[in-house]
Amino acid sequence: MATSPLFTDLDQIFIILRNWLVGFLPAALRPATGIVLEVIAIVCVFPGLFALTTVFERKGLGRIQNRLGPNRVGPYGLFQPIADGIKAIIKEDIVPFSANAVVHFLAPLSLVVAVFMEFAVLPMGRNMVLVDLDAGLLFFFSMSVSTELSVFMAGWSSRNKYSLLGAMRAVAQMISYEVVLLLSSVSVVMIAGSLSLPKIVDAQNSYTGIFPHWYIFTPWGLAGFVMYAIAATAETNRSPFDLPEGESELVAGYHTEYSGFKFALFFLGEYLAMFSISGLGTTLFLGGWSAPFSFLTFVPSWIWFFSKVMMSIFVFIWMRGTLPRLRQDQLMNFAWKFCLPYTLLNLIVTALWHFMGEGWMRWVVCTAILVAVYVFMGRVEMRSEHFGPRRYRYAE
Amino acid sequence: MNVVFYLLAAITIGGGLAAVLLKHLVHCALATTVAFAGLALLFLQLDAQFAGFAQILVYIGAVAILIVFAILLTRGSELPKDGVFSRSWFVGLVIAAGVFAVLAWAVLQSVRAVPQQTAAPAVTVRDIGNALVGRYVLPLEIVGLLLTAATIGAVIVAMHEKERPR
Amino acid sequence: MSMGVTTPLAGYLLVAALLFAIGLAGALVRRNAILVLIGIELMLNSANLNLIAFWRFGPHPEALTGMMFAIFSIAVAAAEAAVGLGLVIAIHRQSNTTELDKINRMKG
Repeated sequence: MATSPLFTDLDQIFIILRNWLVGFLPAALRPATGIVLEVIAIVCVFPGLFALTTVFERKGLGRIQNRLGPNRVGPYGLFQPIADGIKAIIKEDIVPFSANAVVHFLAPLSLVVAVFMEFAVLPMGRNMVLVDLDAGLLFFFSMSVSTELSVFMAGWSSRNKYSLLGAMRAVAQMISYEVVLLLSSVSVVMIAGSLSLPKIVDAQNSYTGIFPHWYIFTPWGLAGFVMYAIAATAETNRSPFDLPEGESELVAGYHTEYSGFKFALFFLGEYLAMFSISGLGTTLFLGGWSAPFSFLTFVPSWIWFFSKVMMSIFVFIWMRGTLPRLRQDQLMNFAWKFCLPYTLLNLIVTALWHFMGEGWMRWVVCTAILVAVYVFMGRVEMRSEHFGPRRYRYAE
Repeated sequence: MNVVFYLLAAITIGGGLAAVLLKHLVHCALATTVAFAGLALLFLQLDAQFAGFAQILVYIGAVAILIVFAILLTRGSELPKDGVFSRSWFVGLVIAAGVFAVLAWAVLQSVRAVPQQTAAPAVTVRDIGNALVGRYVLPLEIVGLLLTAATIGAVIVAMHEKERPR
Repeated sequence: MSMGVTTPLAGYLLVAALLFAIGLAGALVRRNAILVLIGIELMLNSANLNLIAFWRFGPHPEALTGMMFAIFSIAVAAAEAAVGLGLVIAIHRQSNTTELDKINRMKG
């Protein structure tokens, strides 16, 4: 794809900036300083996006619920995060007397640290990955499971039965959907042939005609993406899977006893987890930083990556405003009895896709299998037998 | 041996010591997690990427959470009245010290006999994958069977029994 | 990188031996069944460290054996922890205690 030097430079502008800044130093210090600069960039950009997302979420939810969101602070309420940040910092930090002080302190820290580490392997543009690990996807999931333990630490150390209950529910939910998340990523790894995320993006970065080879445009990719999206929503405790932190159920679940800056850290951790899991979803299924049509490749790659991530965030906000919350047993049933078998089937269909060779046959066969099993399992098997005319029970 | 190795070794040994010495069970479980993390970092220091990340994923993400759930389900938050160490704690300590002495003596004696490689073996994830379905396919299948049996067994062992009709 | 008589390999092996001894002490000294399991997990982990240290520093007729052994060991240890903790939960349900000193009768 021949692009003019201007657009190639725009595409690599952050790399050029980093090389220029690092050029001021002697050669021995250059690699380390380069990495430090990249880390600073990640630490500044994603919390900045988090601030923007809090406004979008509140305004978006407001509009879905037929009201305006916050609109006092700044034009259209866009400076609201500044007000929220100042509030969080100056609030008194209350630690319950009988709480376990050390664990109570470490829980939000370990959550935020684990979530920040996840960004180290996401390719945010052409040549723009912090560390190109050979087992990058495995590293991402390792950091993702570390967050479960900090959720438990938060809930247990607060010495509060609502916190503990919320923490146990959150951990049970997260470990169930972790399996679905991992398995739906395995089908991508099978076809791309590598655990390294930049290589997975490179495998999707080609075009037939004007259409890209993103994995979501294949039957197994679409099914995998849907499973991944469901599991990602459950992993980050977002609605409709937000029973562990539902205000009407459990006060605030595992972060009931946290106030001020520590609560802001939990909030930050949850949103950053949303960003990183959307980033992984775009890398695995939506082609990462590659453009949607072949005539659009002149647009810088990092713009595509961030637009896809923000679109995923928009879908998260949309789901939160629209869908009702799932009960704990419905959630666990859904994970183990529907999502897991369907994801295992998706693995088999992916293998079938690979071995059937090019042609229209594999499209038909794979789509037929996935749709038939969905209809059978989702609509026939999962239907509850308790539907019927409503019976009323009155207190005697 | 560099500073990083000493730091990681200190973290791991410290976590292990805390895990066996602390009174409150949940603190012990969290100290064990620190020990697991220290070990994962030691694996990464030894250029074993896959093993290090698998250690974090499996041990911290699954075993530590299992331990914590078991502590909570068996009401481990209540401290026993007679103290946390059993009556024969001194004998146990002597045995452990003896085992360590023997192992350390064996290591230090043979240190000159083992030839040292300085280059890490170049093992990529692709090689591991090929080996798993090539040379090691039988252990892979057996481990799969073992994990299935362990899952079913753990569920059956810990399940509530149905009320027997009297 | 050698300091006196200790080489890097010896350093890792000593750490593994110390962790093994700590795990053994934990399994022998503590009362609670769950802590015995924690001690066992520490011992398994120290064996894994031994395997990976030898894989890195030892001679390599086969480049993959040490790593594969360690990976399988991690999987088996996880399965064993699951079953062991299931047993502890079942015993607690039966006799309402997890102290090993009290579960010393066959009558249940």
